[in-house]
Amino acid sequence: MKPILAIENIASSLVTTLWTPIFVAIFIAIVTYALWPRNQAAFDEAARMPLRED
Amino acid sequence: MSASSTAKSMTIGESGLALIFAVTAFLCVFAAAKALDPAFAFHASLGAAASAASVFVILNRYFERPAELPPQEINGRPNYNLGPVKFASFMAMFWGIAGFTVGLIIASQLAWPWLNFDLPWTSFGRLRPLHTSAVIFAFGGNVLLATSFYVVQRTCRTRLAGDLAPWFVVVGYNFFILIAGTGYLLGVTQSKEYAEPEWYSDLWLTIVWVTYLLVFLVTVIKRKEPHIFVANWFYLAFIVTIAVLHLGNNPALPVSLLGSKSYVAWGGVQDAMFQWWYGHNAVGFFLTAGFLAIMYYFIPKRAERPIYSYRLSIIHFWALIFLYIWAGPHHLHYTALPDWAQTLGMTFSVMLWMPSWGGMINGLMTLSGAWDKLRTDPVLRMLVVSVAFYGMSTFEGPMMSIKVVNSLSHYTDWTIGHVHSGALGWVGFVSFGALYCLVPWAWNRRGLYSLKLVNWHFWTATLGIVLYISAMWVSGILQGLMWRSYTALGFLEYSFIETVEAMHPFYIIRAAGGALFLIGSLIMAYNLWMTVRVGEAEVESPVALQPAE
Repeated sequence: MKPILAIENIASSLVTTLWTPIFVAIFIAIVTYALWPRNQAAFDEAARMPLRED
Repeated sequence: MSASSTAKSMTIGESGLALIFAVTAFLCVFAAAKALDPAFAFHASLGAAASAASVFVILNRYFERPAELPPQEINGRPNYNLGPVKFASFMAMFWGIAGFTVGLIIASQLAWPWLNFDLPWTSFGRLRPLHTSAVIFAFGGNVLLATSFYVVQRTCRTRLAGDLAPWFVVVGYNFFILIAGTGYLLGVTQSKEYAEPEWYSDLWLTIVWVTYLLVFLVTVIKRKEPHIFVANWFYLAFIVTIAVLHLGNNPALPVSLLGSKSYVAWGGVQDAMFQWWYGHNAVGFFLTAGFLAIMYYFIPKRAERPIYSYRLSIIHFWALIFLYIWAGPHHLHYTALPDWAQTLGMTFSVMLWMPSWGGMINGLMTLSGAWDKLRTDPVLRMLVVSVAFYGMSTFEGPMMSIKVVNSLSHYTDWTIGHVHSGALGWVGFVSFGALYCLVPWAWNRRGLYSLKLVNWHFWTATLGIVLYISAMWVSGILQGLMWRSYTALGFLEYSFIETVEAMHPFYIIRAAGGALFLIGSLIMAYNLWMTVRVGEAEVESPVALQPAE
């Protein structure tokens, strides 16, 4: 008999039942990061990276 | 050079790799002698010859080189490693012409079946995987190797990681192509579409690919630039996902360690699902993510404009990553695959519209403020038209994944047309554009030998693509409609051979389109060759540059 409360059981049931909300949450976090106003300047800088020659 | 007093000694990489190749050479000779089938004996002999040659090259390189390895920086500027970039660029052009030629041959075989010559080695069934692998993995793969090794160095402002490792990756990858391609002609295949190579080629590719991942990752880790540029994200997603897909799809049990035949571990519908999880993500991560990386570096660079929206690039990157991996089941509509899985595949395919068009809009709008350059620069035009084709084929793809549309389009030439608008229009043109940029940069030339020839290439190839895809649309829809038409009494109206007869004119038009595309690539090869041979050097080599004071 496998113990019901083993760590791998908790982890696997978390992943199998909650992967949709987990992935959605990660994606929302990424979108928030991308749209965060304070990051604008850094992104504008990054958009020019191919143009900067050493 | 006061440091030259240090004694010259072999690096661990040099001695270790030479030893491993020496042992491999002996093992391969043994395997060739004991082989159960001639094809395996041939491949083992190739392995022995290549291993022995590698030992010789590594030792020779060691004796020729100075005591110290090339410096990371010269006069404060990164000392970029362009050797592997040049090698992969050259191989890309070589395999491109080979792959397009085989494509033209099999297109002609479909129009005129006697071109099979009634020989096993030249039959359609063996040449078709040779064509697909040559264009996708040999041509496309070498373009990705060349551009990724170039872009990661430039945008991280650091020399490529490793001394022998980048060479091992580019040469080892091309050896995999050689084994795979000759295997197809000899009838060695595990019969998985786009994953035909047998177990020993798969193992070799795994070693090469993990090395590729390490070279790329370590270069990113030792970067001088704090931000990881978006193209490197795309390249990394491509490398990591291809590794996972390759390992997931190819577990197999060889009948003998001395023979080419193996049996795939997965069975039945699970095998089908694994195959198309692999197959569609090869499209998503090899033919899309990798080439989007090219778009994000080469279009801004060539147009001399910043990326239109860096935010959009982040969002569409992650949307692509989260969605693509679920789209595979659309290859298995109306099969034994459970209905819910088919619907899931269809739904995610339709959702892929958004990130795909996000990428297309970002690529096209990068030209804002520089649209006039499309008139004067055929290389930029090629890059931009490739993005337009990307938008078109990523519109068509989700539409074809919808089950009712798929019931008409599946197993018909429409699919072939769709694949080629993506392959010739998007992957082909973005690769050509990237090579037209990369060759002068890597060989330190002021520019291309002839922009006029690029223009000729552009129009010949575009005309070829238009002929190809429009012929396949008409042919495919005609074929689908003929297959599903019934008489008033409920019998099928057309026999199969009648549908084949109806295809004939379109197969000729398709072959003509392929011929034009091949001619374009020959013009390109000549242009690039002349660029390297007679082009003017742009600047003196950085070593010769001294500060003015």
